[in-house]
Amino acid sequence: MVMPRTYIRPMGSWWRRLPFYRRYMVREATCIAVIAYALVLLTGLWRLTQGQEAFDAWRAALATPPALLAHVVLLAAFVFHAWTWFEVMPKTLPIVRMGGKRVADATIVRSGVAAASVASVLLLALAYGGWA
Amino acid sequence: MSAEQHITLECLRYHPEQDDAPRWQSYEVPYTPDMSLLQGLQYIKDHLDGTLTFRWSCRMAICGSCGAMVNGVPSLSCQTFLRELAPGPVRIEPLAHFPIQRDLAIDQGDFLKKLESVKPWIIPAEPRALTDGANRQTPQQIDDYYQYAECINCLLCYAACPQYGLNGKFTGPAALALLHRYNADSRDAGTSERMEVINAEDGVWGCTLVGYCSEVCPKGVDPARAINQNKINSTRDYFLRFLAPRR
Repeated sequence: MVMPRTYIRPMGSWWRRLPFYRRYMVREATCIAVIAYALVLLTGLWRLTQGQEAFDAWRAALATPPALLAHVVLLAAFVFHAWTWFEVMPKTLPIVRMGGKRVADATIVRSGVAAASVASVLLLALAYGGWA
Repeated sequence: MSAEQHITLECLRYHPEQDDAPRWQSYEVPYTPDMSLLQGLQYIKDHLDGTLTFRWSCRMAICGSCGAMVNGVPSLSCQTFLRELAPGPVRIEPLAHFPIQRDLAIDQGDFLKKLESVKPWIIPAEPRALTDGANRQTPQQIDDYYQYAECINCLLCYAACPQYGLNGKFTGPAALALLHRYNADSRDAGTSERMEVINAEDGVWGCTLVGYCSEVCPKGVDPARAINQNKINSTRDYFLRFLAPRR
């Protein structure tokens, strides 16, 4: 049998077609913020190996207005990244049952967000307490 | 009765024997509040333009034939109501990412091949005779796979999946969800036969968890969950081969 000629539509700018896709692209793009901040911290480690003076210079550079602004932007990206990460977490887990019942997705998401929040607060307390 | 209302339906038309590319055609359709989009298309076919081609059968979200892009969103046209789209214009296209065969009808051949590749049937450990009686399961064993058994092969999930649109080799949401439906069934012992499909680059690893497949599924199957659970299974399978080499 001769199959009729079919038409294949192009995929150009597919992510602009729906808000859902745009949000997905933003979600994926926030990994760049994660890499960027990892590089900032690695730079700090590298400067530390060069001695006290180099490390203090790195800290001073982080305290400048452009660096502070960058921190605000990166923090916002991190929060979105973390939130969306936990948002999809239930889909990546095998069925979780407690007392024979499935644990609701919303409970899993909330537990993840709560764990991350507590860890962040503890880390901040440790960092500020340790520096004082 | 209120005065008759009208809605504008813009359909993507493609007749391979005369069209080089698809074109839009607009129709004014009278509707009542209880009319589905499918009934609107049937009105066009019966009263305005008999050449409009589209698939349908059950009219009640069971057969999975009438999927279409409605204003860019994969939808079952029997489950979409004209009153929610009025006054339009409503853009109706064939399901995205599939080749258009004619007007709103797509070529599902690729999916059917993939569906077959996941062996969507129970592969028992030992052959069973009818005289063995019912193969009983606990409610929890049924719960392990039941949502994935709800799939009606309507292909909305493929039309929602940009990874499938970008890479046609990707096994895709419905086929992988059905694969998981059988692997998760306590009566099935065919997991090892299906691991090759899961582990392949175009198996579960072709998914980047966009997650829109699960959003558009009319039956609550949640293919994204089936696929991403199997990333764990695939990883485990990969590392276990070093501990217990396969036959």
